[in-house]
Amino acid sequence: MTGQGGEFTSHFSSQFNQELENLRSRVLAMGAVVEKQIGDAVTALATGNENMARSVIGGDLHVNQLEVYLDEECRRILARRQPAAGDLRLVFAVIKAVTDIERIGDSAKSVARMAIKLIEAKPAGSVPSLQRLGELVQEMVHKAIGAFAGMDVNVALEVARADIAADDEYRSVMRTLTTRMTDDPKAIDWALNLILAARALERAGDHAKNISEYLIYLVQGKDVRHVSIEDRERQVQSHASQTTPQRND
Amino acid sequence: MDGPLVNAPLRPDVSTTSVAEETIKAEVRGLSFFYASGMQALKSVTMSLAENKVTALIGPSGCGKSTLLRCFNRMHDLYPGNRYDGEIVIHPDGVNVLGPQVDPIEMRMRMSMVFQKPNPFPKSIYENVAYGLRVRGVKRAGLIDEQVERALTDSALWGEVKDRLQDQAYNLSGGQQQRLCIARALAVEPEILLFDEPTSALDPIATASIEELIAELRSRVTILIVTHNMQQAARVSDYTAFMYLGELVEFGDADDFFTNPKQKRTEDYITGRYG
Repeated sequence: MTGQGGEFTSHFSSQFNQELENLRSRVLAMGAVVEKQIGDAVTALATGNENMARSVIGGDLHVNQLEVYLDEECRRILARRQPAAGDLRLVFAVIKAVTDIERIGDSAKSVARMAIKLIEAKPAGSVPSLQRLGELVQEMVHKAIGAFAGMDVNVALEVARADIAADDEYRSVMRTLTTRMTDDPKAIDWALNLILAARALERAGDHAKNISEYLIYLVQGKDVRHVSIEDRERQVQSHASQTTPQRND
Repeated sequence: MDGPLVNAPLRPDVSTTSVAEETIKAEVRGLSFFYASGMQALKSVTMSLAENKVTALIGPSGCGKSTLLRCFNRMHDLYPGNRYDGEIVIHPDGVNVLGPQVDPIEMRMRMSMVFQKPNPFPKSIYENVAYGLRVRGVKRAGLIDEQVERALTDSALWGEVKDRLQDQAYNLSGGQQQRLCIARALAVEPEILLFDEPTSALDPIATASIEELIAELRSRVTILIVTHNMQQAARVSDYTAFMYLGELVEFGDADDFFTNPKQKRTEDYITGRYG
């Protein structure tokens, strides 16, 4: 109980409380799984570790199962509890976030697949690395999930900023690879696979950004999608300065 | 209540939907109410009713929502010792309903009430609807016929009763009786319809038909509804007010109210976290 009134304390239905708590913890668990998947996929790509890549591909099954479970759980809560206000926003945010988390899992799987292909077909000479892009995206996923865990809008805002850096890095990788393909037609096959891996990582970053937007909606009830980063920060910070948090746990 | 609740834009970031930009039908200004026992049931409530909109009052038992509703048609006058403090001003004429010079009977013509349990008179269907008109002194049979048909049509009952207008009202089902009471309320062409938990004694189908009716009537009359059923308030209201211990805690656009309330006590109540 953190609010002004002091009269209200616990949820009327402790079972409902538990259901919402369970929803939140499962989303965080699913987020933790894909965070590791992305990390492992990037490592497998950098080190050429085929076993690690195969384990990422196999691990995607678990992510898919969590997606199905969480969708079902949200459907059930909507039908049986008719949540309102913060509870409604939680269920809504989870429904949206789960899709993006699952897509991050798919991206990790794509990167792992490319890692296996690239082991056989490495061209001679220096090769550009996806290390930095991988690290940036991994950090974004980590922060997006962390923002959910801590209900922290400031961390969510950092994700949007990091997405700009990730997009820049992606473009830089693309430029390097395009030049390389022009200079060395033998490397085209290899470069195309690397482009697909880079593209998958960049998409994972976009999904992390989406997740951070749902978190802002969950905490503040504000839809900050499709607005400039400056407007987003202004809106979120002005809201944070004038109101107390709405949820209690 | 030091309430910026009413005059502040209801959505600070989307000012077009504030009640300030609606036509105001009624204004409650600093209204307190004391029962004869001395118990204060309303504490300086200030809010507005937008014309041709549905405003819902919600809150736990004893919060004052029914007391507030009953102030509108001066029902508390029926018991001696009750005391009002503050005003309820009806527009466009700007008359204060609670003013000492106001005739409560006349006020009740302008504001019809529909109660929790259907309470038709022990008369025929026709006479139930005609009653208010006769009290008003309407004598011409043709005019009464016309008004009765219109009120029954407006309350979505005409098709079901047009061939049995002389039947006893008690022979109707609960949902039909409630629609008859709404027809009776509509016959005198009120400016405001007051609903006091109008569906809490009805089954889900009858409830749905009353809610449908409320949505249709809104285009012609301003509606104030008290309901225990939060989902009902979410379904039918344009504006929603949450009351607690005689105070108006929050009042605003229903979409915002149910997805993103501003006050923690509202959030706690509508998510079932009070008590």
